Amino acid sequence: MSRLLPSLRGIPRTIVLGAVLTVFAIGATFLLDPYRNFQLATVAAYFCATAGLTLLIGRSGQLSLGHAALMAAGGYGYALTANAMTDAGVTGIPRFLAGMLAAVVVSAALGWLLGLAAARLRGPYLAGVTLTLVIAVPAVASVFSGVLRGDQGVQIAYDGVPPVLERLIAVEQWQAWVAILVAGVVVTALAVFARGPVGLRMRAVRDDETAARLNGVRSGRVKVTAFTVSSVAAGAGGAVLCFATQSVSPGAYTLAFSLLLVVAVVLGGLGSIGGAALGSALIVLLPWLLAAGTAALPLPVELAQRLSGNLSILVFGVLLIGVMLVRPGGLVSLRRRRPSRSSGTATAAAPAEQPATTASPPAAAAAGARHP
Amino acid sequence: MSQHSLARRVAALVGTSAVLVALAGCSTPAAPGGTDEVVPGVSDDTATIGTHTPLTGPAAAGYSSISAAATAYFAYLNDNGGIHGRSIEYIVKDDGYNPANTQTVVRELVQDDEVFAILNGLGTPTHTAVLDYLNQNEVPDLFVASGSTSWNQPEKYPFTFGFNADYVVEGAALAQYAADEHPGKVVCLLGQDDDFGDEMIEGAELALGADGLAAVERYSVSNQDVAAQIGALKAAGCEINILATINGFTALAIGTAAQLGWFPKWFSSSSGANYETLVGYLGEDIGPKLLQGLVGTNYLPASGGDSEWVTLFRQINDEYNDGAPFDGNTIYGMSVAYLFAEALEAAGENPTRASLIDAVASGDLAGNGVLPLSFGEDSHAAYLGVGITAVDQGVQDYVGATYAVDGGAVTAVDPSPVALSGEGVPGS
Repeated sequence: MSRLLPSLRGIPRTIVLGAVLTVFAIGATFLLDPYRNFQLATVAAYFCATAGLTLLIGRSGQLSLGHAALMAAGGYGYALTANAMTDAGVTGIPRFLAGMLAAVVVSAALGWLLGLAAARLRGPYLAGVTLTLVIAVPAVASVFSGVLRGDQGVQIAYDGVPPVLERLIAVEQWQAWVAILVAGVVVTALAVFARGPVGLRMRAVRDDETAARLNGVRSGRVKVTAFTVSSVAAGAGGAVLCFATQSVSPGAYTLAFSLLLVVAVVLGGLGSIGGAALGSALIVLLPWLLAAGTAALPLPVELAQRLSGNLSILVFGVLLIGVMLVRPGGLVSLRRRRPSRSSGTATAAAPAEQPATTASPPAAAAAGARHP
Repeated sequence: MSQHSLARRVAALVGTSAVLVALAGCSTPAAPGGTDEVVPGVSDDTATIGTHTPLTGPAAAGYSSISAAATAYFAYLNDNGGIHGRSIEYIVKDDGYNPANTQTVVRELVQDDEVFAILNGLGTPTHTAVLDYLNQNEVPDLFVASGSTSWNQPEKYPFTFGFNADYVVEGAALAQYAADEHPGKVVCLLGQDDDFGDEMIEGAELALGADGLAAVERYSVSNQDVAAQIGALKAAGCEINILATINGFTALAIGTAAQLGWFPKWFSSSSGANYETLVGYLGEDIGPKLLQGLVGTNYLPASGGDSEWVTLFRQINDEYNDGAPFDGNTIYGMSVAYLFAEALEAAGENPTRASLIDAVASGDLAGNGVLPLSFGEDSHAAYLGVGITAVDQGVQDYVGATYAVDGGAVTAVDPSPVALSGEGVPGS
């Protein structure tokens, strides 16, 4: 890409790259059938959350096991606002934007509060606090079941394809477009943020907090900012997921899912946005491929039932151990022949390049395999 | 860096050609509900339908036998010539009673497996999550395994039909039975914190008056502990507890109360009153003792009864279901499958999604319940009345009392069971 656009540098380059990849991914939706587009929308929603998480863990050194709860906050913020808007007679794009805004505000507020606690904790204690948050999600939903509707969750009205596009695309494709657009905006913003001065301070705090403070970096403030930004990304992901499935419920944001988000970013490569894209595609597609695989095998019913849901956890575990042994830098480091020195341009270019080559082709390949 | 740019060039080339090939050869997926002549899921010799049901998770133990029983009935039906020469393929997907999973598996069924209809999707919270989706895509959503009144909205959801008796009807019948048989007792209710609980409360208050329930407690499926709720009911001096609980939580409630040394009367919704399942939860040793006298509702042939349906279903169960334990769930699963076969038969030689819906809405289906089906143009509810059952010495059967709700009032009616015809194969 640097060869194509040699004159662009720094932040404008990131933005152009983000825009190009977003357009590319939207184009890719034409290759996919509706179910694959639904999966792509899910990948895009997860990508928002994992991109935020990978920056938080990889660049600021804070571990969060509770990102699913932050996604849930965004999802509920979106759903409740969208329902209020529907009651007020607002529909379509204004309703979507208001919902997104609410999702961002709610998740930012929660993330900020969590960040305040997080800045004072480290290691297992921080992991513990974030873990508590995600465990509390079902309890919160059932205590406030008047508003949050308990396990059943909140349902929202359905957003159809805008009339202009109705003849051109199916509804799943439209949902994938929206999800990709939001993911594009969120992830590009994250990349710009990580390249900017705060990103630099984040890395300084991660590498040596004392040294950073001696240099005048206010480490507490940097950590809280990192946490808040990361939760906004997760909240946006939750809102998009709510938009695509027309509902939000605690069952979508379990502890297992929250840990899976961490597995996704570690597998993909900590700190790398491309790795996050790869990881989110994996957590959507791998369980589905395994289920399709076991269904195709003539297994006894008992065994098939036992494998259902458990096999993917096993494979993720094996994959995690394997990747960590062979490539501690995650899957994204596979494409680098030599361990590159972590100079700013090299790392920023590689991750930003990744989304298009990871998010869509596996899905396209899968579609091709099933519909030759 | 030359290797790097070579790799990029290759990647760019591959990407561009992929897009070009796709744009040339692949078209936009057709919008759902188009006027295609091909009916999804129906071929010359098969009709493919699907369901979502818990095979894993907290609700699995109580309900996973339903889809197995339905599958067994379809196998029996297919061996006997199927419907209009078509065999029925029933795809069962596990959702773990988690609405988020339901959304994924139902989309997979509709878009990937291209099913003709969704049959007997199980659960109030789970099915609520796909109700809009199925109706927007105009997929027949038949005989939902839940008694929520949400399914009975013909104007809003023309493609959805329920199967269970309304929870309002069940709540009203249980409360009315309590008032008739045990006048003056303190009646309370333990309910799931969703529409299931809400509607049972509504029904009970219909029969007993707005302040007829002395105490109401709620639980959430994600929390496997109801000690606090049971303690509160005990403290309120309840003598009859109406349960709006799924099987696992009926057992949990009765077991928890027994641990507290408290033995009130239990009146359970049909969704959580399956004797054999409850014994499975509570254990063979104490289960029968704790469940003696359990009052429930039902609208299908009772497993402890001597109906011809039960005899036939037992045979099918032995022959096609590897002799799995025969209980209320088995009868339920086979009854749903039978009703679908009847609907598909009525939908004609060349069924379409529209003709299937018309067949159900015509009100001509008979089913196999103790009361006639209530389906019609303006009613998508299956049963608006239920019979009261009780457990005596390990046998769960009707006690005779039958109630129906009509125009917001509970009335006692006479049961009128549908007789078995044609060996349980519609159209034969």
